[in-house]
Order: sequence, then C-alpha cells, then structure tokens
Amino acid sequence: MRNAKRLAIVLAVLVVGGLGWAALWPVASGSREQLYQIPRGTSERRLAGEDLDILPHTIRLTLGQKDVLALKNNDAAPHIFGPTLIMPGQTFRLPFTTASTNSFVCTAHADGQLTVVVDPEPTPGWQRLRWRWRSMTETV
Amino acid sequence: MTATRSIFLPLGILFLLTAVAILFVPGRQAPFAADSIPSGPMKAGTFDPPQTAPDFSLPASDGSEVTLSRYRGKVVLLTFGFTYCAAVCPTTMSTLAQARAKLGKAADDVQVIFVTVDPARDDSASMQTYLAAFDPTFVGATGKPEILAKVREKYGVTAVKQGTGTDYAMAHTSSIFLIDRSGKLRAMMPFGHDAADFVHDVRILLDA
Repeated sequence: MRNAKRLAIVLAVLVVGGLGWAALWPVASGSREQLYQIPRGTSERRLAGEDLDILPHTIRLTLGQKDVLALKNNDAAPHIFGPTLIMPGQTFRLPFTTASTNSFVCTAHADGQLTVVVDPEPTPGWQRLRWRWRSMTETV
Repeated sequence: MTATRSIFLPLGILFLLTAVAILFVPGRQAPFAADSIPSGPMKAGTFDPPQTAPDFSLPASDGSEVTLSRYRGKVVLLTFGFTYCAAVCPTTMSTLAQARAKLGKAADDVQVIFVTVDPARDDSASMQTYLAAFDPTFVGATGKPEILAKVREKYGVTAVKQGTGTDYAMAHTSSIFLIDRSGKLRAMMPFGHDAADFVHDVRILLDA
C-alpha cells in the first residue's frame, strides 16, 4: 500500500515535471532551415513519365525555430522548385520573419500552387506544449 | 499531511529548477551559418552559390535597348508585370520607388527594370508614362511575345492570361529579382516586403 502510494507520487512528479518542462523550457533547434532537396535523376524520371511529388503542397514553418525554407537542387537540370527557378547544385534559402500564410506559384505541383504557413514562435505555456507535441508526432 | 508534503516538496523543487533554467535561455542562433552568405542574412531569398543572371536585349521604354550588361556596376531590381495590373504591380513599383528615395545618394547605383508580361498592351511609350509616375529612372522593357516568354522562362517566371476581350488580366509571378553589381543573380524578394527590406538588402549588395 505504501509502495503504491510512493509510486503514485513519483509518477505524478514525473508527469507534472514533464509537462512543466515541455510547456516552459525554451525550444531550440540546431538549424533554422527546413530543407527540401531535388534528388539526382529527377528530370530523367519525369521525362520518363514518372509522377514525382518532391515538395509537399503545404509547408509549415515556425518563427524562431524553423523559419528558413531551404530548397536544394541536386539534379543535373534546372528546376522550378517552390517559388523560384533553382539551378543545378544551387540552394535557395528563403527566410520568413512574420507569422503568415504565403501562396507561391509552383510548377512542381499539379495545381501550380505551394502554400507556406508560418506559425508564430511558440510562447511559454500552452503554445510551447502544443509545438512540442506536434514536433514529436511529426518526427514519429 | 505527510503524504501531501511529500508531493509538494519535489514538485516545488521541479518548478524551481525549471524557472532557474528559463533564466539561462541560450542566445538565439543566426538563421544562416556564418560562412554560407558572407554578406550577412538578407530579407530576400538567396541563391547559393549565385550565378550570372540571364541577360536579355529588349526594346526599352526610353527608346533604347535594355540589357542587364548595360547596368554592370549597379544593383538591378528586376521585376515582371503589366501596366494594366490593378494591385500587385502598382504596389511593387511604389515600394521600389520608396526604397530608392530612402537610399538617398546610393540610389544612383540602383536600377529598376520592369519587364512586361503583356506586350499586346504595353508598348514603350505607355510603359514610359506608367513608370515615370513612380520614378523617372525606372526602365521598362517590352518586345515580341515569344522573346519575352523566353526571358520569363530563364527566370522561372510565369504569366497566364485571365479573361477575354480587352479587359483581361495577367496572373504572373510577382517576385523581384536582386542582381548585384557584377551581374550575379543574388536573391529573390517575394511580393509583400516593404521598402525597408529592399533598402536593407540593396545596401548589402552595394557594399559587397
């Protein structure tokens, strides 16, 4: 009975501590870039009739965490990738400084549209908790 | 009572530790690695490594021939649009005019080139009148539709006619390309940035 009570106390401390950490601890990431790459051979595969969808229709960024969209062309041919034409071996880095929803013309998609949603920097508390949860579920 | 105390004590310590940790927030990292863009982070999207901007030769609004090579030594702000554009193009032109005004003397080294996507309606004379309303130094470029289409293709710019009759519109790429003094395509500013962002980036390119 006593052991069960102790276990409950330890679990409660862990849960509250974990939630407190997730809600309050500053979020930090190694790089602010969210990178998407055009693999080598993409243009040949497209010419062969393969339907390739390299870039998602909606990209989600977070201010202060991942707020630089980086698009790299590893192919031998130039590509319209996201909002611009990128030459072979070139990387295009587009920083975002305000929370916003941006629509770009993108011929890489069938509907010709790319949407970049930029979320505000997660503030301590519920926002930060939610951001951590989303990051964790996206990783898994 | 003892059980309650035994819960609150570790919880209190945990919150105290968390609060202390928050006080030691690590400094925010720069959005780019220091060696990635030597001139510092720009507001526009940047090309790495930068390559020579595709050149063109088109009839200019001032009656001459406009080429990029003509403006070597200057920073060129290149944009595509049409004079009948209701919202995007006037906003862009107005923003670029404001940016030049804010740059003061340095604006002498900045050239705005406006390439039409609607040559059927935009001839040299009408472009000259349109652009002069924003800034008399702005240069327009027009030409044959197929030649203009090739120029757009080199920059990944799209332009699609919308509507019929004389009252049609052109849906087009609204970004502005930033070309440095040596003719390298360094960056692309999406539509929506204010004059201060252009001033910031142009100064970087002028000082490079």
